[in-house]
Amino acid sequence: MRALDIKLFRDLWHMKGQAFAIAMVVAGGTATYVLASSTLDSLKTTQSSLYREGLFGDVFAQLKRAPENMRERIAAVPGVRFVETRIAVPANLDLSSYPLPISAMVLSLPESGPPALNALYLRRGRMPELGREQEAVVSDGFALAHKLQPGTSLTATIYGRRRKIEIVGIVSSTEFIYQLQPGSIIPDFKTYALLWMNHDPVESAYNMTGAFNQVSLKLDPGASQQDVIARLDDLLRPYGGLGAYGREDQVSHKYLSEEFKQLTVMATVFPAIFLGVGAFLLNVVSTRLMATQRGQIAILKAFGYTTPAIAGHYLKLTFLIVALGCALGLAAGQWMGRGMSAMYMEFYRFPRLEYVLRPHVIVYSVIINLVAASAGAVLAVVRAAGEPPAQAMQPAVPGNFRMTILERLGAARSLSQPTRMILRNLERRPMKALLSVLGVALSGAILVMGGFWSNAVDFMVDFQFRQSQRDDLMVVFIDATSERALYSLTSLPGIRYAEPFRSVSVRLWNGPRQYRTSIQGLENHGELRRLLNTQSRQIDLPEDGLMLTDFLARKLRLTPGDMVTVEVMEGERGVYAVPLTDVVSEYIGVSAYMRRPALNRLLGEGNAISGAYLAADMTTAPTIYSLLKEMPRVASTTARKRMLESFYETMARQMLTFAFFNTLLAATIAVGVVYNTARIAFSERSRELASLRVLGYTRSEISYILLGELAVIVFLAIPLGCYLGQFMCQLSVAQANDLFRVPLVILPSTYAFSALIVLAAATVSGLLVRRKLDHMDLVEVLKTRE
Amino acid sequence: MSLAPGGARESVFEARGVTKTYDMGEVRVQALRGADMDLFAGELMVLLGPSGSGKSTLLNILGGLDTATAGAVRYRGFDLTHATDRELTRYRRLHVGFVFQFYNLIPSLTARENVAAVTEIASNPMKPEEALELVGLGDRMHHFPSQLSGGQQQRVAIARAIAKRPSVLLCDEPTGALDWETGVVVLEAIETVNRELGTATAVITHNADIAGMASRVIHMSNGHISSVEENTARRSPRDLHW
Repeated sequence: MRALDIKLFRDLWHMKGQAFAIAMVVAGGTATYVLASSTLDSLKTTQSSLYREGLFGDVFAQLKRAPENMRERIAAVPGVRFVETRIAVPANLDLSSYPLPISAMVLSLPESGPPALNALYLRRGRMPELGREQEAVVSDGFALAHKLQPGTSLTATIYGRRRKIEIVGIVSSTEFIYQLQPGSIIPDFKTYALLWMNHDPVESAYNMTGAFNQVSLKLDPGASQQDVIARLDDLLRPYGGLGAYGREDQVSHKYLSEEFKQLTVMATVFPAIFLGVGAFLLNVVSTRLMATQRGQIAILKAFGYTTPAIAGHYLKLTFLIVALGCALGLAAGQWMGRGMSAMYMEFYRFPRLEYVLRPHVIVYSVIINLVAASAGAVLAVVRAAGEPPAQAMQPAVPGNFRMTILERLGAARSLSQPTRMILRNLERRPMKALLSVLGVALSGAILVMGGFWSNAVDFMVDFQFRQSQRDDLMVVFIDATSERALYSLTSLPGIRYAEPFRSVSVRLWNGPRQYRTSIQGLENHGELRRLLNTQSRQIDLPEDGLMLTDFLARKLRLTPGDMVTVEVMEGERGVYAVPLTDVVSEYIGVSAYMRRPALNRLLGEGNAISGAYLAADMTTAPTIYSLLKEMPRVASTTARKRMLESFYETMARQMLTFAFFNTLLAATIAVGVVYNTARIAFSERSRELASLRVLGYTRSEISYILLGELAVIVFLAIPLGCYLGQFMCQLSVAQANDLFRVPLVILPSTYAFSALIVLAAATVSGLLVRRKLDHMDLVEVLKTRE
Repeated sequence: MSLAPGGARESVFEARGVTKTYDMGEVRVQALRGADMDLFAGELMVLLGPSGSGKSTLLNILGGLDTATAGAVRYRGFDLTHATDRELTRYRRLHVGFVFQFYNLIPSLTARENVAAVTEIASNPMKPEEALELVGLGDRMHHFPSQLSGGQQQRVAIARAIAKRPSVLLCDEPTGALDWETGVVVLEAIETVNRELGTATAVITHNADIAGMASRVIHMSNGHISSVEENTARRSPRDLHW
């Protein structure tokens, strides 16, 4: 090994503490990037490979009831490759071990065997055998949530009739990767199940002999989806078709896409900021580190090494540190990415996960870090190597100092000399001081960003599930029904109050833009379902006309006063022009609202309701649930408290896990930066601090000078970090999606946490440096010429 | 020259059988091998020897920057060999003035403030201005080190060393980095301090010519005191040539 290389490893060993701290900064940024991209890539890859191999449908439609022979006519539509029809029946399930109501969708299996489109993946057990009327396979999310095994029996109420069902297998489905109960915005595996049964029992249970009510199509490559949808709508209209739609409106796919959008934002903004901050800090730190090597560089030059050779030598040093950081970051990122993906798998019911770490992720993270580090190092080395060796080997010429502004203003007459030293050191090289402040501030800022998500989630939950929705239970009827049904609800024991609503599926049009959603017909100034603006104030529903979530209005390019085309997707399937009267800012979901009487008038129906929000004495809940199950018209019952729980069990958990990992990495970066700032300040000042020790200054007195400077930097950095953190949070929420508009809510505790971590990092670094000060060999330091 | 009762000279330092061994991993370097010496009150002593003879080590031990491996070093009866770090700090703070080859001024403080850095923590200091006048820098008080020549910086270092009215002034190659002209000015400053304040002064040098200004010259070689000579014909720094 060449002598220079031996020196390299010795130097590295000598500065191991600092090298490790720099490596941590690199590792933090790299890990965030690897974590985010590998999680997203894995989910997307898994999704597309399952769609392909499981023949996920291209077009879907639901209808009231069509005879089986319609199937041939659908198959004849140009562009249609496969048709699969089935019967879907809502049901309520009884599990002796679970007191809350469970809703289910029972789907018929083709008579010919397992579905050809939207394949089922058998996870355990077997498929129902032909002729076995009680056998069913159940969705794996539900099975897992209740620890159900093949062989378990349960009771289902289908269309008012109770039946015993035997679970023989557990499946996942390409069609229900995101399992959302109709009308809900959060998957809840405990209270919603999907069941697949043989065709015959479903047919007879639902009076659908020789008929179907759902259809999926696979199209020929290159076929026009729009044309097929139009033809299918024409065919199904006489049979109560609810409007065909493509993948983009298929519930599982749509929510998955929106979730991926959200994840993409997190996977782009977080790593971009982390890598950027990391690269910046790396640059600052490596520049400083090289500046402390001035004497050594001079000696090498004196030996006859060329500047490029010396630069190469120090680049190797930098590369080794960066390589260590990248390796740590890649390993940690991959480990966390696997963990994170596995967690998403609990939420997205993929039958398997294909973990992907794309080579470009590795290449990019290595390149970004190397460039940042070498840019800093090369600049510093070239600057140092530019000096004539003889001069560089002399102690550095005393720097140019002057009175600080404070002193020139006469405001600092009583300052002690150490305090003057602190102030002048800071003021003499304001750029350097500024970079130090910025470096520490940025590490504080990413900590704010880590904590922010938990604040935002809590805020959204409180807003949606405590302030806006105040019901105890929500009951949905199978079909729209007369307002009189309310009496049957209020007469149940423990029900204090029932507030009706009408919900109707629609397609909203503005020119070529359209959006499938439902119009919620609510009571004006309702008690249990309150429409709130972002200031949490209850708002008036317009007397007539439509109100949209502002996000949806923007998406459809609508402003109040515009006319919206409302295509009703059920019943008479009327098309109406309705004025957009107002918009409302909401955080979760996108909706359209009308006053219930106005909606009833629009649909030309009497006082119809789709369901009701109930205020109930929840101590009587078991009785209420069992009585509701007896009501044939009740399609589902949802407890708000359960929704809240399920939100935290699912969506919140993912976001918070992601945020937790990021906080961890942010803290790593923060510690790395603060320690390096302190450590480099020590290298730069050790000579003058040793002089002061010789003059009789105590350890505490010289610590004050060094740590005082660090303290000033940290105290300036903390508020700046809070401000930058807020700015970064703003960036990360800038892109809204259909699921959430994350509000910029940062609690004081989040700022405090960030400040605390930075302070803790500073204290630990300060103590470490203080230890170095205590063990400083005065004679040695003074002899060393820098 | 002050005399103790009975005619014996009063010792500021008494070093007896001082050894210093540096443990450099597998090699042990003996820098001092049983050195005996005294520094008397008010005298200007020059410690002469080639590099590696142990003179800097001895000076560092006298100044409380280092401790002896064996032997006894006393400062006015106070045992420096077994002093704690806290005691040594206090000792340096109150009793010792140091001057180094490379000035070691604080670049961020002006000449006056560099001196004030010491007077602020001493118990009976002179005014910083007074100390700077003494070394002939009354007019350079508000200059930063970067605005001063090497000789001027060294004189600030001397002013800083003596402003606390130390009992001893220890100078390690004070002219090592200076040309003759400036070196003389610095040596004159040291002599002035010795004469006017009566500060016992030890100057380390490998330059035999400088010994001409001393009242006593101690020769060192290979970790020993090889000889001690009284200088009966002291010369002023201006008359020295090297």
